Amino acid sequence: MMKRIITTTVINQSGVLNRVTGLLMKRQFNIESITVGHTEQPGISKMTFVVHVEDQRKLEQLLKQLQKQIDVLKVNDISDKAIVTRELALIKILSPPAVRSEITSIIEPFRATVIDMSKNVITVQVTGDPEKVEAFIDLVKPYGIKEMTRTGATSFVRENQKTPSQQLSIL
Amino acid sequence: MSVQVNAKQAEALGGDVEKQAVQGADIFIQSLQNEGVEMIFGYPGGAVLPIYDALYKNPIPHILARHEQGAIHAAEGYARVSGKAGVVIATSGPGATNLVTGIADAMMDSLPLVVFTGQVASAVIGTDAFQEADIVGITQPITKHNYQVKDVNDLPRIIHEAFHIASTGRPGPVLVDIPKNVSNEIFTKADVKQNEVNLPGYQPTTTPNFLQIQKVAQAIQKAEKPLVLAGAGILHAKASKEFTSFIEQTGLPVTNTLLGLGTIHGEHSQFLGMAGMHGTYAANMAICECDLLINIGARFDDRLTGNLEHFAPNAQIIHIDIDPAEIGKNVPTDIPIVADAKEAIQALLKLGVVTEGIGDWTAHLNGMKQEFPLHYKNEEEGILPQEAIEMIHKHTGGDAIVTTDVGQHQMWTAQYYKFNHPDHWVTSGGLGTMGFGFPAAIGAQLAKPNETVVAITGDGGFQMTLQELSLLQESQIPVKVVILNNQCLGMVRQWQETFYQERYSQSLMPSQPDFVKLAQAYDLEGYKVSSLDEADEVFKKALQSNKPVLIDCRVKQIENVYPMVAPGKGLHEMLGVK
Ligand SMILES: Cc1ncc(C[n+]2csc(CCOP(=O)(O)OP(=O)(O)O)c2C)c(N)n1
Repeated sequence: MMKRIITTTVINQSGVLNRVTGLLMKRQFNIESITVGHTEQPGISKMTFVVHVEDQRKLEQLLKQLQKQIDVLKVNDISDKAIVTRELALIKILSPPAVRSEITSIIEPFRATVIDMSKNVITVQVTGDPEKVEAFIDLVKPYGIKEMTRTGATSFVRENQKTPSQQLSIL
Repeated sequence: MSVQVNAKQAEALGGDVEKQAVQGADIFIQSLQNEGVEMIFGYPGGAVLPIYDALYKNPIPHILARHEQGAIHAAEGYARVSGKAGVVIATSGPGATNLVTGIADAMMDSLPLVVFTGQVASAVIGTDAFQEADIVGITQPITKHNYQVKDVNDLPRIIHEAFHIASTGRPGPVLVDIPKNVSNEIFTKADVKQNEVNLPGYQPTTTPNFLQIQKVAQAIQKAEKPLVLAGAGILHAKASKEFTSFIEQTGLPVTNTLLGLGTIHGEHSQFLGMAGMHGTYAANMAICECDLLINIGARFDDRLTGNLEHFAPNAQIIHIDIDPAEIGKNVPTDIPIVADAKEAIQALLKLGVVTEGIGDWTAHLNGMKQEFPLHYKNEEEGILPQEAIEMIHKHTGGDAIVTTDVGQHQMWTAQYYKFNHPDHWVTSGGLGTMGFGFPAAIGAQLAKPNETVVAITGDGGFQMTLQELSLLQESQIPVKVVILNNQCLGMVRQWQETFYQERYSQSLMPSQPDFVKLAQAYDLEGYKVSSLDEADEVFKKALQSNKPVLIDCRVKQIENVYPMVAPGKGLHEMLGVK
């Protein structure tokens, strides 16, 4: 299995998210996460998926099937490029006064922020690439995670690419 | 209701609507007329009442099927033989869901359809209103694209886009869902721009890459054992003339997919017959042995390839397809070409592509063709289904438009009816839809009123859509229905015989209507034939008649379609070769 990050630019018609996820389901692709949001152009949205595919051929199929959708303008597999990826997680951590300062000391190096607090629970926001978010979650897990929500990854290709990366041929 | 219409709008609508409110339904009819729609296949109901009212005032010929499934299969038959988009209208809810099988069928076989469904009023969509079904959601995976119209002012654009999408690139069905209030609303746009298309995400590639075409030419010249696999893409591109020139110019041997039959004359000396599960020995062995396989307009369907591990194991693969997603989907490709089949073939012809030294190969293939032809064992009495097909061929001279249902009769027709012409073969290949053949023949006959149209069906499948006999009687549509009656679900029975030790679970159908009386009940001519002599006489008369006729042709029950590649086997592992 290969993990790939795929971005698509789509026309923001009603139902477009459904179309794209429906397509992935019909063709039996495994989505790890999906994010959608507006872009700088009115009426145009961008979706970022993290998917697991078996091999290069399946990947090519996925890209071509996405490209075939009438409302899809552009499809890119950016996994092999220099990219920036960010994800945001909100986590409610059990933090009775006894351990609170210990937890705060974990929060700091991750540049996470406390955004809400009650007697025994603090809510923390952590942003970064998915591995960093993962690492943070692992560290706070022993204290007890009451609730958590993650946005999934969203990505950009960097302006400067070091080496020309191999482009999959969309014929 | 009297709303002032400005001069520009009135002009765009033909000038005769001055001082009259122009409603969505009127715009709808006008848009269909602008698309040159010759006929509509449909069925009315609550949500499309405004549309049917507009149709009453401003008629386009409308074929009132007796079931929405009949309407859409007829539209498919029309589309297949005419090359134009078939147009279907149905009401919301059950009307729309009755179309689902036909939409999926058209999607699989790349048939251009524009399907209009009524929808409940916008205000109540999402409330489980009476006759509400989320047809846009339901058909999203089985349409090339679909729309729900939200604003009456978008209607002309959406209809034009729907026809554009359905009939360009790889054709397919497009559904347009129209809420009832949209049909009633007053069109307020000053300008009815009928040719507006706003589809930045849809630009099919039709012109082949020249460098790739050169590579194809080189590969053909180098190959010692080349083979062409011709699919329905050639028919959709209306390229069979160019294709035949290409074949004759190069001397390349050809095989067909099921849906590709008719791309080349069925008795052409370079034609090896159909390939695949019930393909000929020569065609399947040619695929196994070739060193270059040139696929033009076929999608390497599993019924064609058999077990992929054994498919064309020694061949370099060229795949020419208008849909890039088909290339590399099932079979890894060495030389991919995304193009319209006609443009690609023309480019090859222009290059003057030739073969060199393939004489031994073609002699070998012709030898196999001679030694292992399609065959059946003549019986003393009764009719073999294969004999019936040959008889139909004899009495139509290979010129008829032939539609089939799905099952044994379909495979025998594919094997034994040698088509003289392209676009004369109408069958449900991808979805394998029983109930398709008879209504599809009605649509085909309406598209080509001067041709002989024969619907060859099984007794099982015919009973799925036989209500359309009403149409034959009502409009005297001269379709010839031939039921190859084996009193069973023959193809199921064959599989049960071969793979389930003759446990005929629910596949024998001894109880059936008297089909001759059924025809008479619809005021149609009906005949039953049980011997070859009877059949010869009745077929001769019926196939020359200009009236609709139904023939209940009794055939031997226990008869199998051979050769056969069992599921999971490679093309070289055929049963019943000799
Ligand atoms: C709608 C539908 N239901 C079920 C099937 C499965 N099926 C394939 S062939 C077949 C038997 C068809 O029998 P009949 O129409 O009598 O034709 P025959 O095979 O006897 O020529 C069946 C049930 C199908 N293809 N389509």
